[in-house]
Amino acid sequence: MSAAAVTGWVPALRKPSALPGFGITLGFALTYLSLIVLIPLAVLVARAGELGLEGVWQVATQPRVLAALKVSFLTAAAASVINALFGAVVAWVLVRYEFPGRRLLDAAVDLPFALPTAVAGIALAALYATNGWIGAPFAPWGIKIAFTPLGILIALIFVGLPFVVRTVQPVLQDFDREVEEASATLGATRLQTVLRVVLPGLTPAILTGVALAFARAVGEYGSVIFIAGNIPFESEIAPLLIVTRLEEFDYAGAAALAAVMLAISFLTLLAINALQAFSRRRFGDA
Amino acid sequence: MSKSFGQTAAVHELDLAVRPGELLALLGPSGSGKTTFLRLVAGLEAPTEGRLLFGNTDATRLAVRDRRVGFVFQHYALFRHLTVAQNIAYGLNVRPARSRPAKAEIRRRVADLLDLVQLVGLDGRYPAQLSGGQRQRVALARALAVEPRVLLLDEPFGALDAKVRRDLRRWLRDIHDRTGHTTLFVTHDQEEALELADRVAIFNRGRIEQVGTPDEVLDRPATAFVASFVGEAVRLPVDAAGYWVRIGPHAVRTPGENVSGPAELFVRRGDLVVSDDRRHSIPARVLAVRRTGGTRRAELALADDLPSVEVDLPADSVVGKGDVLSVMLATVRLFSSRSVS
Amino acid sequence: MHETALSESRTVRWGLIVIALGFLALFLVLPLIAVFAEALRRGVGVFVAAFADADTWAAIELTLLVAAIAVPLNLVFGLCAAWAVAKFAFPGRSLLITLIDLPFSISPVVSGLVYVLLFGAKGLLGPWLEDWDFKIVFAVPGIVLATIFVTFPFIARELIPLMQEQGTADEEAALTLGASGFRTFLTVTLPNVRWALLYGVLLCNARAMGEFGAVSVVSGHIRGLTNTMPLQVEILYNEYNFVAAFAVSSLLAGLAFVTLGAKSFLEWRHGDALAAIRRH
Repeated sequence: MSAAAVTGWVPALRKPSALPGFGITLGFALTYLSLIVLIPLAVLVARAGELGLEGVWQVATQPRVLAALKVSFLTAAAASVINALFGAVVAWVLVRYEFPGRRLLDAAVDLPFALPTAVAGIALAALYATNGWIGAPFAPWGIKIAFTPLGILIALIFVGLPFVVRTVQPVLQDFDREVEEASATLGATRLQTVLRVVLPGLTPAILTGVALAFARAVGEYGSVIFIAGNIPFESEIAPLLIVTRLEEFDYAGAAALAAVMLAISFLTLLAINALQAFSRRRFGDA
Repeated sequence: MSKSFGQTAAVHELDLAVRPGELLALLGPSGSGKTTFLRLVAGLEAPTEGRLLFGNTDATRLAVRDRRVGFVFQHYALFRHLTVAQNIAYGLNVRPARSRPAKAEIRRRVADLLDLVQLVGLDGRYPAQLSGGQRQRVALARALAVEPRVLLLDEPFGALDAKVRRDLRRWLRDIHDRTGHTTLFVTHDQEEALELADRVAIFNRGRIEQVGTPDEVLDRPATAFVASFVGEAVRLPVDAAGYWVRIGPHAVRTPGENVSGPAELFVRRGDLVVSDDRRHSIPARVLAVRRTGGTRRAELALADDLPSVEVDLPADSVVGKGDVLSVMLATVRLFSSRSVS
Repeated sequence: MHETALSESRTVRWGLIVIALGFLALFLVLPLIAVFAEALRRGVGVFVAAFADADTWAAIELTLLVAAIAVPLNLVFGLCAAWAVAKFAFPGRSLLITLIDLPFSISPVVSGLVYVLLFGAKGLLGPWLEDWDFKIVFAVPGIVLATIFVTFPFIARELIPLMQEQGTADEEAALTLGASGFRTFLTVTLPNVRWALLYGVLLCNARAMGEFGAVSVVSGHIRGLTNTMPLQVEILYNEYNFVAAFAVSSLLAGLAFVTLGAKSFLEWRHGDALAAIRRH
């Protein structure tokens, strides 16, 4: 689709505006989006489609694939829940309390966004290995963290950490203090106010953060493979299995597994959108 | 009672006795301390010094949740995630199990309150689905549900448009007369305060200038501030001595004895009447005449360097611009300049 | 804070602060310290020696090259997409916004895989590319493409909410004063969004230089040719050359520091201009 073609028909569809450049900018944006994202994704879906639904199902239900999906799913879910809990506490502390180093801490929350995943991966592996700073104290008790599913969990907590904090923070910042005061004048204890008034107000944001963290965690690769151990049926994650299939030149198998992952991403995205639409409708904002 | 935020005193040595069952308005310009006072009564702020008594019991150190005050916020502060019915029932539901009414009893009380605030049928709605006026009525019902010892309303109609404001005003008076709660409400709208309240407390710079019925504060302002704040008054610098007041070049005899020396005269429309009595009146030049409703309103200059004042004339009056009328003071609100800061 | 009904007791307050600090220290600060501790484990000499390796330098150069291509391209896309989406109303607009965000929720491995399926030897266009003797997968173009894919939304998503909030009044005023469309964009729109733009570029660049999964799939790991810094870290680590792996990592961690520092500075200095982003 060329920019000129877009200029031709789109003005009829959009609301009139005095500003120029609609055709060319939208044309370029759509072309670029199609070339970089949409067409390659379509090829992936087509490639998986060659196997047919039945074929994809067969790939997805191979024991090793199932095991990898299960590991990815469960560790991602567990990491998101842990991040929801601690993320909410971190957001609360950052917004509500004044203490030395607060600004620094606030900035540090984004570290997982800024630190390359491979670096995080080897750093966590070094820390949680049986001779590492954190791994060593656990070793005598027979608890291994690195190179087990526990290691995967640690890495996924790291990559998902900012999501809940950053979705809850602005909501808490704008939270109407009068609502808390109203609760107090009606006889609620501080704990009741927090549990019955503040927490329900934060729930949509927390759930959005959890979904975002989950979407990120389930597809995470770089930080996990160094600490996971990557043992099939035990600590092998789905993205790694895709890479393995690719290295075996099993393109169809890789594509099928990728299609399953893609479906999970779509569902998560859909869930986030539905959640936000619901919250907007019910509570009057996002 | 006093309250300071850091170095600034928000309210200063306030002493206010509220009568049981009365509807008392706290009126004043913004920043005059009326909201702070209301929040002190609610326990949302702690006083720097002073005491708060409910009847004979000292409530100064009582936690907010134990005070049983009904607080209605300007922006409603409804719980967005709860329905109208759940909002109203909230104060009952958070009570400890031993003093919490039974579920059926709570339902009945909610139904009664919905009826009282005329929101029957909206119990399943969420606040986002209500109009501003409806939200404020839910907020009131929620505050009433806990059977408060005192009802506190902070600019309850401040966020609503003029028409809804007037309707709700009458409705609030009606509710008050039916339920008999001692009620304090904050407003900066004097029309609202005068129309609605049994008594008005006028706040200025953290102090109470006067407490009285609408008639008292209108007709017998205790201070220059009250005289200028209540009713639209023009403030004229004058010289006073005994029964006489000198306005610009003219002296006029007044109905009563006055302070002496430099003073401030507050003139409202209606305070001046056109008179033929030369001894008690002064000449005033007509600057402009406007027709408003059933009367003709003239803008008058009493002296060249004084602010103009207004007087109402009969609709058929033939007075025009440039004419000179003689006017006398029917009511005098005069305060020594020393008392006016 | 005044003592009111709205504050928790001292014990609860400090308890929560300690929990938050402990959590962040355990998961953020400690790994960061570990990177530098491991890099310097055998002293500064060994640390410096790690950079004598020609392959490491090639990896640094490639990383800079890839970012230098991917970031400007995504910048142009971000500006175009934000202009079209934020300044005009047309059907399918919200779908377009969702599609722009799509790469965020796709596994990096899948992001790389799509290009292998498209351009790889057994891919859709593979045979055709072979005829022309042009390599995309296991070569630099593939790495650039995969990087563009994963960093695709960064700049657009910073600009769209801000430009939506700013509306079209400023631009319309400029047009009525006789400015051309492009001039209006340069002198009115661009200054209005410059801090958000810089913010987006910063985040886009950090991810472009640090991307691992997607790049790993398309790179082929050819030493000195198709290894970016994160891939070089992996190779060194897998060869048990830990000091060198952590030395290269410390450079990337330094990049993360600079990114976070600049980001915090922008939020502190130009918080108003960035507020729209946080609200959406």
